Amino acid sequence: MDTMFVRGLKRKCFDGEEDIEGTLAGIKAVPSYNLQRQSLLDMSLVKLQLCHMLVEPNLCRSVLIANTVRQIQEEMTQDGTWQMINAQNTGQASLDRLVSTDILCRSSGDQAEGKHVPAYGTFNKDFESDQAQDGSETMSTASSVQAPRNLQSNMWEEMENPQENKGNFQKSLDQIFETLENKSPNSVEDLFSEVDNSYYDLDTMLTGMMTNTKMGHCDSLETFSSPTNTASNSNCKSDLNDLDHIVEILVES
Amino acid sequence: GIQPVGGTGASWGCVSEVCLLSHGRADARGVSAADIISTVEFNHTGELLATGDKGGRVVIFQREQESKNQPHRRGEYNVYSTFQSHEPEFDYLKSLEIEEKINKIRWLPQQNAAYFLLSTNDKTVKLWKVSERDKRPEGYNLKDEDGRLRDPSMITVLRVPVLRPMDLMVEATPRRVFANAHTYHINSISVNSDYETYMSADDLRINLWNFEITNQSFNIVDIKPANMEELTEVITAAEFHPHHCNTFVYSSSKGTIRLCDMRTAALCDRHAKFFEEPEDPSNRSFFSEIISSISDVKFSHSGRYIMTRDYLTVKVWDLNMENRPIETYQVHDYLRSKLCSLYENDCIFDKFECVWNGSDSVIMTGSYNNFFRMFDRNTKRDVTLEASRENSKPRAILKPRKVCVGGKRRKDEISVDSLDFSKKILHTAWHPSENIIAVAATNNLYIFQDKVN
Repeated sequence: MDTMFVRGLKRKCFDGEEDIEGTLAGIKAVPSYNLQRQSLLDMSLVKLQLCHMLVEPNLCRSVLIANTVRQIQEEMTQDGTWQMINAQNTGQASLDRLVSTDILCRSSGDQAEGKHVPAYGTFNKDFESDQAQDGSETMSTASSVQAPRNLQSNMWEEMENPQENKGNFQKSLDQIFETLENKSPNSVEDLFSEVDNSYYDLDTMLTGMMTNTKMGHCDSLETFSSPTNTASNSNCKSDLNDLDHIVEILVES
Repeated sequence: GIQPVGGTGASWGCVSEVCLLSHGRADARGVSAADIISTVEFNHTGELLATGDKGGRVVIFQREQESKNQPHRRGEYNVYSTFQSHEPEFDYLKSLEIEEKINKIRWLPQQNAAYFLLSTNDKTVKLWKVSERDKRPEGYNLKDEDGRLRDPSMITVLRVPVLRPMDLMVEATPRRVFANAHTYHINSISVNSDYETYMSADDLRINLWNFEITNQSFNIVDIKPANMEELTEVITAAEFHPHHCNTFVYSSSKGTIRLCDMRTAALCDRHAKFFEEPEDPSNRSFFSEIISSISDVKFSHSGRYIMTRDYLTVKVWDLNMENRPIETYQVHDYLRSKLCSLYENDCIFDKFECVWNGSDSVIMTGSYNNFFRMFDRNTKRDVTLEASRENSKPRAILKPRKVCVGGKRRKDEISVDSLDFSKKILHTAWHPSENIIAVAATNNLYIFQDKVN
């Protein structure tokens, strides 16, 4: 069994590949450095998005992947190749689009030959409009320096203002990063619907459970998220089962 | 030819190969996931060897005593005690399962007839007492031999219960449960040389406990940023100095080690020493940080050195030199060109442990394909051995293995592309004074001994 080379790492030639430098990457047999870097970025975002539903994700692994994402973004920012169109597409990123990333394994010295410096770079204006719609994030201006950090925002933090997050969520990188902590289904509305906040505060108080994290609204609300996208009725039922169980425990203690 | 390690012309052979019995759910491959060994540790005399598994069980092996009748059985380890240390739990507030997998076991030094060990899963540390019972009381007044209560009106004579010998029974009882102190996953526990305290470390915090007190612990390291957006580094391992009860080290995912002195402050946020090797700019890639993440840190028995394991190397550091390690050993450098694939299949995040031998002259760590490596610090020789069924027939001597990196593959060599990355040796242990090693290969435990010719 070939466990070494995972499916999806076969080399691919992209037709009409959008290479911002407009070079011959599409003609070469080996994908360009930029393409491979993009592929690595996509792969990393997919990894961050795939959360174990029942068990907490490994924080060390998540931090390392996130740091890798940031490194790629910083480099792409310096190159001027950073485009927020990528951000919109990451929701659909799939392993099929991955290409061989041999070049990335080489040291930076080797890469220097293969790397193309673009004549100029600019930010896609969509970036700014995306962020404007997503009002809950505290976005600074869409400047090149801060772009990587914006993408990191909300990655780890416990959501403290769930009400503000209701509404349309675009498939932005921020949403993907949020799912890391929340393990929520795709739509945030599923997360917050059919939930009785007040009961959960009571629960926290009575059981006196001590955690070091702030018990924001979101933390308590998270527990009612179901791992699968079921209809809201069945969400209710599983919620009720959870509540029954919790009541049992409270009564016994 | 065979490269002798750790002795004079000695070579390694199998002492016991133990297959842990399969319990519980078996997956499609027929291997029960619950039996995957997750930690291995000898006690301070080497008489006992404890293993923890993914199903929350602890199995303790005891070494056969020397016997004139059966001299060849000396050195064999047999099952001494088995108990369920941790159960799966459910965190209702976060809607998450808490795995019962045993992350670490650490023994306490023996102070009386009983044995004590600490075992931990992601959230809870437990102190277990393992003791032998070879006598039982007989002749109770109020109950008969079966335990049924006797009718008090039928008792006419009082007698004193006596202790009679019985078959040896080994029982494990939980003596302390240290819970609710870790928000993140516990990765290390370490017993202090004062034998009164120990520490538990998770991704962002380290807590100090007194063995007698379970409802509170002191937080001695906290690297959680005020704003979690700024989190870029986590704690990966921690250990107390073997002799100085105020000193400990912890490693990070950025490849750094911090040595802290608890006498300087209650919260050891400022390190006394900071060990980091400068990055080699010619080797830089997007994976540099990931492969620099330290998966294990161990003090030498002498207390003069620390050893760290990152993805591709083992390094030995002198406590007096912070700017670079004094020795670096390549474990499997042939993987350097495969990091992309290893990133995709998540193998790059595997956490290998490393161990010293009793005299600090040889270090050992695991690799893939059930290979493990030993490095002799004095002779600078190294050897690759394999833990597999074929090699573990009784008295069989392990044959050194070699990975072929390119070009022509010799007959006994294995090529990089043929390595089985699902067979990883993450956990190993070395007897404190003898050349006996324990190697965990998925759900099998191998015990090898260096047989002097």
